[in-house]
Amino acid sequence: MKEIPSFPVKITKIIEETPGIKTFEFDRDFEFLPGQFCMVWIPGVDEIPMGLSSKNSITVQKIGEATSALFNLKAGDLIGIKAPLGNGFSLKEGRTLAIAGGVGAAPLRPLALLGIADAFLLGARTKEDLVYAEELSELTDLHIATDDGTFGHHGFVTDLLSEVDPLSFDTICVCGPEIMMAGILRILESLGIAEKGQFSLVRYMKCGVGICGSCCLDDDGLRVCRDGPVFTGDKLLKSSEFAKYSRDASGRRIYGGSGGH
Amino acid sequence: MVALIKEDKISVGGVETDNHLILAAGVLGTTGASLRRMLDLGAGAAVTKSIGPFPKEGHKGPCVYVMEGAVMNAMGLPNPSSDFVNELECLGGKPVIASIFGANPDEFSEVASWFEGKVRGFELNVSCPHAQGYGAQIGSDPDMVRECTRAVAKTGVPTWVKLTPNVTDITEIGIAAEEGGASAVVAINTVKALRISTGLRRPLLGNGTGGLSGPAVFPIALRCVWELYEALSIPVVGCGGVSSADNVIEMIMAGASAVEIGSAVLDGVDIFEKISSELYSDEGEKIGDILGCAH
Repeated sequence: MKEIPSFPVKITKIIEETPGIKTFEFDRDFEFLPGQFCMVWIPGVDEIPMGLSSKNSITVQKIGEATSALFNLKAGDLIGIKAPLGNGFSLKEGRTLAIAGGVGAAPLRPLALLGIADAFLLGARTKEDLVYAEELSELTDLHIATDDGTFGHHGFVTDLLSEVDPLSFDTICVCGPEIMMAGILRILESLGIAEKGQFSLVRYMKCGVGICGSCCLDDDGLRVCRDGPVFTGDKLLKSSEFAKYSRDASGRRIYGGSGGH
Repeated sequence: MVALIKEDKISVGGVETDNHLILAAGVLGTTGASLRRMLDLGAGAAVTKSIGPFPKEGHKGPCVYVMEGAVMNAMGLPNPSSDFVNELECLGGKPVIASIFGANPDEFSEVASWFEGKVRGFELNVSCPHAQGYGAQIGSDPDMVRECTRAVAKTGVPTWVKLTPNVTDITEIGIAAEEGGASAVVAINTVKALRISTGLRRPLLGNGTGGLSGPAVFPIALRCVWELYEALSIPVVGCGGVSSADNVIEMIMAGASAVEIGSAVLDGVDIFEKISSELYSDEGEKIGDILGCAH
């Protein structure tokens, strides 16, 4: 049993990515694989899981009490970070495609920063909700979709799969709302390449280290925090839970939305 | 190393189990699927997350802090209450024990009624060290322990009582459980503890204090099993810091009829298979020949 330290880090810079999404940079670098996450401790509030958006940053959407508290912090404030946790994307030789919906771009961004993502499909509701668009356009072959058509393709990010040839990629890394990921998985399945898809899941996590069981998935009891958060498409096809329900803090099933804070 | 011979039929405190190693309460016990996974991975029985009379979200995080050789947690008894009954559907007839808690005998009785006929036994949580009005607050009062045990034991379902080490004399509470009709006691729940982040100048757990488990508490658990074995006539189930086959044998020699394993799951979900492969041997001894032999 090895210590999993919570490192106190100082917030050095806060970048407003969109009206509801901010990137918090801190003064410590973490060695990690793209897709691994951290537990972010906001003192006096809560500890929540967040994908690492770079070696020293998290990118956060304001959706609940803990993220709202995080949004109230300023440069110089201290938070605690346990990282890296979980298993990141398992990258194979060859070409890699990243597909992100909304703030789901956060754990995929390191793929672009490391030069691993050959192409990047980025979706958001509107133009102003797009995250990292400028940066990603310099680093990868970027394709954009917005639900309202204010930028790029008018429609869903799933539509963009017709702009690239999914069969030409060896690894397809996906993160976003579960309903969107289910749409991607259906397409990959129809092409017979479900196992090439690697999906980063969000579930309510209390411990983040694989012991409490709050994030376990049906039907196999796999822990999102320790056995994931990245799962291959063929595994998710066997899950009766994926894109159908998740669990809240008490463990009760919630239908029609993914968990999280 | 001393080994056990695998017996065909193992019965501990009225509960038939597949082996002597049981998944402890609160560890991977929130869903039926995770319990089934641990049973499939070699646990001889599994205790559920503690279920109470009302749904509870538990404490704010951090809820768990892992140290070298120990874990500290303050989950705050999160549970879906009666909704949890549905989780048991996927478990069929597998050996599952429902951990239950309440604030008084009536609440214990109500929660137990949801699980009658669906589990092999109950384990009363009168020992969680960080939940206001529940757990150790009840478990340090012998009269409350006796009455809560009585309320559940009258169902006729095997009733285990999990004891807190955070009392002056654990045997006094063990005796109260036995008087209330317990079929076994489980010793121990976590040891009340605290760590502080010096960098952030505040406790490392959201709740402040929490419960310590893992290898660091094994000697405390062993001492409690030892004392209870001398004081009681009902079986004692050892729990606390067990992480190897040798730890299991040591617990048995102190007087444990079976052991529960929790924190060691951090080293891998295959911990039950790993320990079993060392614990059992065709040349091993019968548990009855070494049970309490160190006394």
